[in-house]
This record gives sequence, structure tokens and C-alpha cells, in this order.
Amino acid sequence: MINFESLKLKVNEKEVTIGAILKSDGSTAKLKTGSWRVRRPVFNFEKCVGCGTCWVFCPEGCIKKREDGKFEPDYDYCKGCGICSEECPVKAIEMVMEER
Amino acid sequence: MKKDVIEASHAIAEAVKLVKPGVVAAYPITPQTHIVERISEFVANGELKSEYIRVESEFSAISACLGASATGVRTYTSTSAQGLALMFEILYIVAGMRLPVCMTVANRAMSAPINIWNDHQDSIGVRDCGWIQFYAETAQEAFDLTIMQYKISEDKRVLTPSMVCIDGFTLSHLYEPVAMPSEEEIDAFLPEYTPYHAVLDPEEPLTLGPIGFPSHYMELKKTQVDAIDNSINVIKEVFHEFSKKFKVEIPGNRPENYDVIESYKLDDAEIAFVALGSICGTIKEFVDDLRKSDEKVGLLKVICYRPFPMEDILNSLKNIEKIIVLEKTVSPGAEPPLYTELRSLFYEALEKPEIRGFIVGLGGKDVNFEKIKKIYDMVKKGKGKKVEWVF
Repeated sequence: MINFESLKLKVNEKEVTIGAILKSDGSTAKLKTGSWRVRRPVFNFEKCVGCGTCWVFCPEGCIKKREDGKFEPDYDYCKGCGICSEECPVKAIEMVMEER
Repeated sequence: MKKDVIEASHAIAEAVKLVKPGVVAAYPITPQTHIVERISEFVANGELKSEYIRVESEFSAISACLGASATGVRTYTSTSAQGLALMFEILYIVAGMRLPVCMTVANRAMSAPINIWNDHQDSIGVRDCGWIQFYAETAQEAFDLTIMQYKISEDKRVLTPSMVCIDGFTLSHLYEPVAMPSEEEIDAFLPEYTPYHAVLDPEEPLTLGPIGFPSHYMELKKTQVDAIDNSINVIKEVFHEFSKKFKVEIPGNRPENYDVIESYKLDDAEIAFVALGSICGTIKEFVDDLRKSDEKVGLLKVICYRPFPMEDILNSLKNIEKIIVLEKTVSPGAEPPLYTELRSLFYEALEKPEIRGFIVGLGGKDVNFEKIKKIYDMVKKGKGKKVEWVF
């Protein structure tokens, strides 16, 4: 629908596009934001009832459903905000200090 | 073509109904309220099939328009004063992302002290955000400019948001005869919006609003500034097409041929007024009166303030001896904006006219014949300072 080539302009010998629009190649996935974390959510799968509340609330969309129906975080992207831990109705998620 | 005596705000709502935006997002604020209330009625009774988003603030109104426009639909919003100030951050983002969002600003004084009446501090205060700005004198112009702003903003050579500014109360609440083309006529003039650069398409995802590092930010800014600079030709093109397609139906309620400026009796004039908006109606009457006693006086009405039509202004004022800039804006700690820009224009001119600035009508103070005469007499007799406040 959009002719991306037609959006290209050259200024100061640099290629830019109208409105700085880029072709999306999933570039966000390349930026592993997990390194920003101060505290990590540790999931207790004994307590987890698989309700998915953490999955709904995670602002980064980095909680995944496991084969057994329970949920786990992707530490490559989890910024450690703690919302999952706050929302978990069975208190199965504990925020633990990151130590590197 | 339908003719009606109608409030300027309602005329704008009629224009919005004709351009059929996919999304309207607005928050009511005096004196803009009548516009968005009427649009919400159109949506409620099915006359306008827009998604009307009742947001909780002006920040959200413009943000909703930004988001909607980025998916590739036509959008509309409207605000005044503090509401426009609350939009400030997003105004820059809409312009930088080159989204053709269109809005009406019902001009109102900025608080404090709190004041709901008219001056131009709000819209002139956002003049550097990168939006095209038009100022309407009459209800007809408000209607026409609302139609035309879409065609201009959405042009792929422009892709720049625009605001049509109307004086709060003095124009927004004024009933005047307005000629309104039919839906078919407007459809032929302004086809459905086809996004050129920003659209939500899961098959071909795009990244909108990425970070611009120092390596590319300035280059991107240049393309944006070039677009608004060059938009003056598209504006003239669209104004010309509109004027040709829709002739004057009600004499005197709009220029016969729209242009970025309107020259009123300037051909042989020695003294020229320069102003924006509804005040121009009063000045025209005043000019007509003076012309009866052979005074060589005229008016230059700036319809398009951004981009600033430098060449057009210079050309039509080239033989003028004295220029009177009437301004409803101040720049605390400096000279007022339109006055400064006029003076800057003539810096390189061989024949420099005398340019005088007058701050008038702040916070709704009436600008009547008496005050305009006082100003004219001061300039004619060479009295007063470079910039004067006329209360």
C-alpha cells in the first residue's frame, strides 16, 4: 500500500524518509531490555494457578505461557517493573534483587 | 449550494461533516464548544459516520488524532487557549511525523488572569510547532478554509498538519450568511484520504516515531521545514482551485480569489494596515470610510501566517509609506511577533516604509472604529512610540 522507496529523501548526503518512517523488521526485538532490570521476578510454579493475570498486566508483553499452562517471564526483555508480582492473586511471583 | 445564516462554529461543523473525518477527538473548551457539540450531534444522529472519541483532556484529544492519523485516516480536533497549550508537546510530534491532522483553534486569551475572550496569544504561541496556520475573517472563510486545509495538509508534497484560527466569540459565535456546497461537490473537490506515508497495515508493518539520533535529527528537521516552506505553492494551488470551483455566492463574505494574503484597496495606498482575523472586517469598513474623504489607505490581511508569505507581503506593500501592524499578541520582553516579522521583511528593501506596531484587543477588549481612528491619526501625525498599547 505504501511505496516505501518514494518516501526516501537525501539531505546532507544522508538518506532519510518522510516523517522518519522505517520499514519495520521487528527491530524492537533486537534490543534486549532485560539488562535494565534492578529486581527480577521469580515465579513459584508450585503456587502458580495459570490464571494469566501476569500475562495480561505485563506492560512489555514478555510473559509467555508454558506447555503446562503456567506462565513465565522472558528475562531477555523483562525490565523488572514488578507489576506481575503486584497483581498475582496467589502471590506466586517474588521480586528478587539482581546481583551480577 | 446551500445558503444559510449560521453561526461560524456551526459552519465549521458543517464543513467537518462534509470532509468526513474517520476520527474526531475533542475536549470542550470555551469558545470552541459549539463546534464540537454540533459535530457530536451529527455523529449521534447518524449524519456523520465518524468515530467520535470523548477524551478526558486536550492532551488526549491531539494524541488520539495523532494515533488515528498514523493508521491512515482523516482526523479532526478543535480547541482554544489553555487547551491548545496542553496540546503543545503533541503538536510538535504530529508535525515531525508529518501527519495531516487538521484542527480549528477558536482563539482565546491565555490565563492568567483567567479570561475566555479573544486574542491571538494561543495560536501565535504555537507558531513554531510546524503547523500551517490560517486566520479567518468571516464565517464563510472559516467554512471554506476548513475544507481547504484538508486538501492542503494531505497533499503528498505537504504532509503537514494545519490549524484554522477563528476569533473566539467575535467570529466563533457570530451569525453570518454562509454558502455551503453540497456533499457531492465537496467529494469531487476533496476525495477520500489516501495515506501516502503512514498507514496501519499488518501485511507491511512500519515503524512510526522512531528515535532520531544526532546523526539524523537535523537532516529530518530540514525535510520537515522544507515541506512547510514549499507548501505555499500547494496552498495557492488549492485556494485557486477552490475559488474557481466555488464562486462567491454572498458578496463581501470572502475574497473572490483566495490567496495567502488579501490586498484590500492597496493599489494606490500610502498607508496600510496589516492584521489577522476578524478585526479585518472592521478595518475594511474604516478604510472604506476614509476612502470617501480621499485618504489613500488600505489593508493587508494575512490569511496564511505559517508558512509566512514573505514575497506576497513584500510585493503588495512595496509602495507603502507607512505600515500599521495591529496585533492581538504580545511577546513579553520583546516586540510583538507580527510587527517583528514585518520589520525583518523590509530589512533589505531599498525603500523602507515606516512600520508601527499596535497591541490591541488583548483578552477580548473591543477593537472598534474609535480605536482604529486613534491609531491611524497617531501614525499620520507621526506621534507615539514604535510599539504602542491601545486600550
